[in-house]
Formats: sequence, structure tokens, C-alpha cells
Amino acid sequence: MIRVVLPAHLKTLARVSGEVRVDVAAPVTQRLVLDAIEERYPMLCGTMRDRRTGQRRALVRFFACEEDISNESPDAPLPNRVAAGEEPLLIIGAMAGG
Amino acid sequence: MTGVRLLVGTRKGAFVLTSDGKRRDWQVSGPHFGGWAIYHVNGSPVDPDRLYASQTSDWFGQVIQRSDDGGRSWRPVGGDFAYAGEVGEHLWYDGTPRPWEFKRIWHLEPSHTDPDVVYAGGEDAALYRSTDGGQKWLELTGLRTHESGPRWQPGAGGLCLHTIILDPRNPDRMFVAISAAGAFRTDDGGETWLPINRGLRSAQIPDEDAEVGHCVHRLAMHPTRPDVLFMQKHWDVMRTDDAGGVWREISGDLPTDFGFPIAVHAHEPETVYVVPITSDSEHYVPDGKLRVYRSRSGGDRWEPLTEGLPQSHCYVNVLRDAMAVDTLDECGVYFGTTGGQVYASSDSGDSWTPVVRDLPAVLSVEVQVLP
Repeated sequence: MIRVVLPAHLKTLARVSGEVRVDVAAPVTQRLVLDAIEERYPMLCGTMRDRRTGQRRALVRFFACEEDISNESPDAPLPNRVAAGEEPLLIIGAMAGG
Repeated sequence: MTGVRLLVGTRKGAFVLTSDGKRRDWQVSGPHFGGWAIYHVNGSPVDPDRLYASQTSDWFGQVIQRSDDGGRSWRPVGGDFAYAGEVGEHLWYDGTPRPWEFKRIWHLEPSHTDPDVVYAGGEDAALYRSTDGGQKWLELTGLRTHESGPRWQPGAGGLCLHTIILDPRNPDRMFVAISAAGAFRTDDGGETWLPINRGLRSAQIPDEDAEVGHCVHRLAMHPTRPDVLFMQKHWDVMRTDDAGGVWREISGDLPTDFGFPIAVHAHEPETVYVVPITSDSEHYVPDGKLRVYRSRSGGDRWEPLTEGLPQSHCYVNVLRDAMAVDTLDECGVYFGTTGGQVYASSDSGDSWTPVVRDLPAVLSVEVQVLP
């Protein structure tokens, strides 16, 4: 079970509180986690990455295990502790005021 | 008893303000979608409980929300706006080519006849239509692919399609306006478009009477006279009497003819409202006085309306989609400011009262009359 923390605005949009948990088969990648989130919460399609290209939205960041993995390949395996459900994948709205 | 519902979009959420036909006491609901910019909320003329809202964020993109119960509950229905076919390029601020890139929906215009049909105006400029209540959106490509499209440039707010007017007598005719391309008309349901900018003069572009390139801020029409349009341009207040064949200036004795909104009285097609702003470099009302100007002669002669509005130390703006009129016997006029006030007049603008004073900056105001 992969643990994911959504930014507050997307929690509101998806009508969830706390962490989101999704099942993803190994190898666990950023792309597969986002696929699983979007399948369960279709209103989040397009809010984290482009619907067609899959490119991360410019002001969305991905953190895991105290590392910024925003610019890692979406098909790179996520850290073992995230894949094991010991640490969450943090999806963050970039600090940009507003 | 007849009621009135104001649909207010702000920088940080939507608000629904309701009153009875007297329009004295108001109930405030919101914020809906708190923290998100709500560019526009609009209701279906044939089903007033069907509302659409454009919820948008630089972080998380575009969401269209829909309510089927007059704004008590909402659900996200669709936010997939794509450019159909070859995307192409328009001009950037510096005159260099730049690919079209979708950013947000500025304006939602529900059909006069079908609550599931709604049009949306986007940035970068494109016109979309949904026929299933906002779930799926298809671009009407004839506008963006007009031969002048590669010459369109953004205004300060972006290359935005902000005005959509459906002709109540002719379902194949509609008007749109784009900053800073100008006004366009279709007579075939959106397949092909005609630039309707003859008579406009804009000193901010190299050829001041060019076919396109004008920063039209807003168009308004009275439903009984669909060939008469009023325009607030970047500078200049204009009118056309032949559906955009030619425009003439009606700024007349306004203190300044720069502004954003323009509206027409519900029962007097020659009564027009604007809110003059100091200049293109000072986006606030002149002299610290919030004054709506009304012309009862279809332009040229204007009177300031000040009763109930702040007449000192006021430096707000009224944005292009933030003024509306209701259709009650005594026409109500409403507008919202960048300072978060929403003002209402229940006597055609003679006097005003604040409905709310401290909302986030107001982006849009629409009004519905309820049975």
C-alpha cells in the first residue's frame, strides 16, 4: 500500500482528509502512483500533471524521504521506504506566494 | 416570492448572495472552493438552479464545477480543455511567435435553450462548447484558426477570450471578444468568424485601425436589440448599430474612457453603465471616488451615480465581468470591486448599498432572478 499526501487544495477537490493510500504493483514508480490516484479520484486528472503528455505541472513538486524527486524520471522506481509504505510520497504545491 | 441570487467569483473562492425581490437584506453563502480563483460563475437561463463555475489555479490547473441545486452543492464535472488539431502560434508581448498554451477559462455562457449546453472562453484564446453539462469540452476551432490568429497578442491579463454573447434571436449568431485581438462574430454557429473591429482606433498598436489587435475589455447587448452592441475598450467606449459592421465612439463627456465593465439596463436599451478608471497605468477610480456613469441616451452624455458609493480615498477597480443587471421591474444593477465590495442598486443605479464589504478581490458578478 503506497501512502500519498496530497496538497490541501487537492484534498478538498477529491473530498479526502489525511493520507491517500493506493495499491501499486512493483516496481512502484511516480507514474504508476499518479495513475492509481487519478483512477480513484478522476477529478484530480490534470491537476498534478498534463493530461496528455504526463508532464508534471510546473508548480507541483514531489518529495520523498526528505528528497526532492520532482525532476526524476516518472518511470524511475520510488525510494524503497515509499514502495514499502513506510514513508509517504508528498505531493506539494510549490511555495510561490498567493 | 421573487428572489435574486448573485453569483460572485473572487480571487479566493465563490460566493452566492441571495435576497428577496426587495433586495435589501442579503444572505451570504461561501466561500465555495476556498483558496482557488473563481473567474466566473454563471447560471442557465432555462434552469436557474443549474450553475457552472470556472475554478482555476496556477498550481493545479482548471476545474469546471457544476451545481444542480442553485449553488447549495457542487461537483467537479470536467476540466479537459485541449486545442483541436494543429496548435499553431500567436504573438507574444514582444512580437515573437509563441505556441498556444491553455491556462484557464475566463467566462462561461450557458445556452438560452438547453441547460446542458454551455460555452467557455479560454486563455490562450479559444472558444469551447459542452453539450453534456460541462463534462466534455470541444473547441470550436474556426475562431482560433482564423487567418488573423497568428497576429493576436495578449493583453496585460493574458490572451483571454472573456466575453461570449449569444444572439437571443438567431441561434447561429454569437459574438466574442478577446484581449488583445478584438471582437469577432459568427453567423454559422461558430464554424467561421468575422473580425468586427472597423471603427476602433487603438494608439497602442502600430496600425491604430488594424483589423485585429484591439484590446476590447467587454461587450454588452440588450436582448431586444441584438444588432446594437456596446463596448468598453482599453480606452474608448463604443457602440455599433449593425452587429459590428462599424463602431463609433460614445465616450462623450466621461471623465475618462478607460475601464473594464459595460452593462445595459434590462428594460431601457439605450441606458448604459460603465465604471471609468483613471488610466491604463492607474487601474483605480479617478480622484478616489467610486462613480458609476450612466447614459440614458445610448452614449455620449453620461451622468455620475454616487449615492451610497465612497467618494473619498477609494482606489478600487471593477473588472470586466464584475457588473450585472437583473430583470425585475425596477432594474437592479450590481458590481464587485477589487477591494472585495459588492454593491447593489435596486433603482437603476440612482442609489447603491454594499451587499458585502470584505470579500477577496471580485473577478465576476452575475445575477439571477428566481421565481
